[in-house]
Amino acid sequence: MTGPIDASSLAVKVWRGREDGAYQRFTVPRRANQTVLDVVTWIQRHLDATLAYRFACRVGMCGSCAMMVNGQPRWTCRTHVAKVAKDDALTLAPLDNLPVIKDLATDMTGFFDKWQRAGGRFMPREQPPADFAFVPPQTRERRAVDAGIECIGCGVCYAACDIVRWNPEYLGPAALNRAWTLVNDVRDGAGAGRLSLVAGDAGCHACHSQESCREYCPQHLNPTAAIAGLKRATAMATIKGRL
Amino acid sequence: MSVAAVTRREARLWLAQRASAAVLAVCVLVHLVLIIYAVRGGLTAAEILGRTRGSVAWLTFYLLFVAAVAVHAPIGVRTILREMTDWRGRSLDHAAVLFGAVLAAFGARAVWGLFR
Amino acid sequence: MKAASATRPLSWRKGAHPSYAAFVVHRISGLALAAFLPLHFWALGQAIEGEAALDGFLGWAERPLVKLGEFVLVVLLAAHLAGGVRLLILEFLGWSDWQKTAVAVTAGFSAAAGALFLLNLAG
Repeated sequence: MTGPIDASSLAVKVWRGREDGAYQRFTVPRRANQTVLDVVTWIQRHLDATLAYRFACRVGMCGSCAMMVNGQPRWTCRTHVAKVAKDDALTLAPLDNLPVIKDLATDMTGFFDKWQRAGGRFMPREQPPADFAFVPPQTRERRAVDAGIECIGCGVCYAACDIVRWNPEYLGPAALNRAWTLVNDVRDGAGAGRLSLVAGDAGCHACHSQESCREYCPQHLNPTAAIAGLKRATAMATIKGRL
Repeated sequence: MSVAAVTRREARLWLAQRASAAVLAVCVLVHLVLIIYAVRGGLTAAEILGRTRGSVAWLTFYLLFVAAVAVHAPIGVRTILREMTDWRGRSLDHAAVLFGAVLAAFGARAVWGLFR
Repeated sequence: MKAASATRPLSWRKGAHPSYAAFVVHRISGLALAAFLPLHFWALGQAIEGEAALDGFLGWAERPLVKLGEFVLVVLLAAHLAGGVRLLILEFLGWSDWQKTAVAVTAGFSAAAGALFLLNLAG
């Protein structure tokens, strides 16, 4: 922890248990430049060693520390307490829309399964390429890929999305965003088959552009725009009878 | 119905929803302007009928309007019901078609009544 | 100190941003308009019975509560139109850097339509 101790302390409510459980209250000393990750770590080290939570890099690169902070999905290592703690109060809960393993740790298996179901991996062409692919960075396709390629699969958008909550089959913003980067990857060999994976109720057509995914993405990506791209691509395929 | 066929159907419904929306964007704008204009000094049957009676232009416009609405509204309501209630499947699909048919029938009747 | 066990409550604060509000307005207005339409078509269909029947309905519609309802419907229609146009642009033209401005514009359009309606009712 860095910085001098402030006079005030934080009243922190932390979810304990699994789907069934309860909030447990802790009082945590407030410090300058404190992040929410600092708070969780302080609780686990000084008050309750049984608290389960995830983190890894601590510097906003891995996405492991994502959880609900005062009702909004965030990376705790990049969330300053001063910015979110109104009236010195914090409520911490595991990410929405994912099963809870324990306390603040969720099971991301379903999230990554949907990634695969959306065709979220590169598929090479039949024949090995004769040479390196030339992909000029300013082409429309490459700019579309670049806009979405920095996704690290943290699950914040998935937790933010109401369609994920209402529609258990919905693949979700991250999986669809990744699919869009592959649709635009000129080296990819999967072709039009990708589009049927991301169309329909489970796919892009279920999105209503609430844009919570874009609002909360810590990498400032725009899954709504990627999904809109998939809507256009699948519409074209539908019109041409190729879906 | 196979998964592929269901997916195709949902994609087609989405497309129909957006296409009818584009038509309605124009129709509703005209309609709003007309409402705001016509409501001046009170609304009478004579004023309305004076505009619509015998006018093929208004007949065509309103029939197009009704057709677009009869596509757009049922698809929208179906989406909401599937997302926010437990109702889905063929009974909902049939109900949506019925709603569209009712809108088309009552709408066409109204348009005809204003024209003849 | 733990309270008694309960199921994890899902957050509602996630929707505290303009595009989400736009979605809620669009959904509610759409539902309201869909419910209103059969009544609207029936009322206009009175014209089939002749000018007097239509005038009879219009006379009933002069009542202040009905006029208030009409005002609400005009605002809802304008809101649904504006929100819908914003979505069509988002989905088909892919513009995305001006979303908050777009939501504000749609709200302004609906307010303007409602205001103009009221002004013309009075004048």
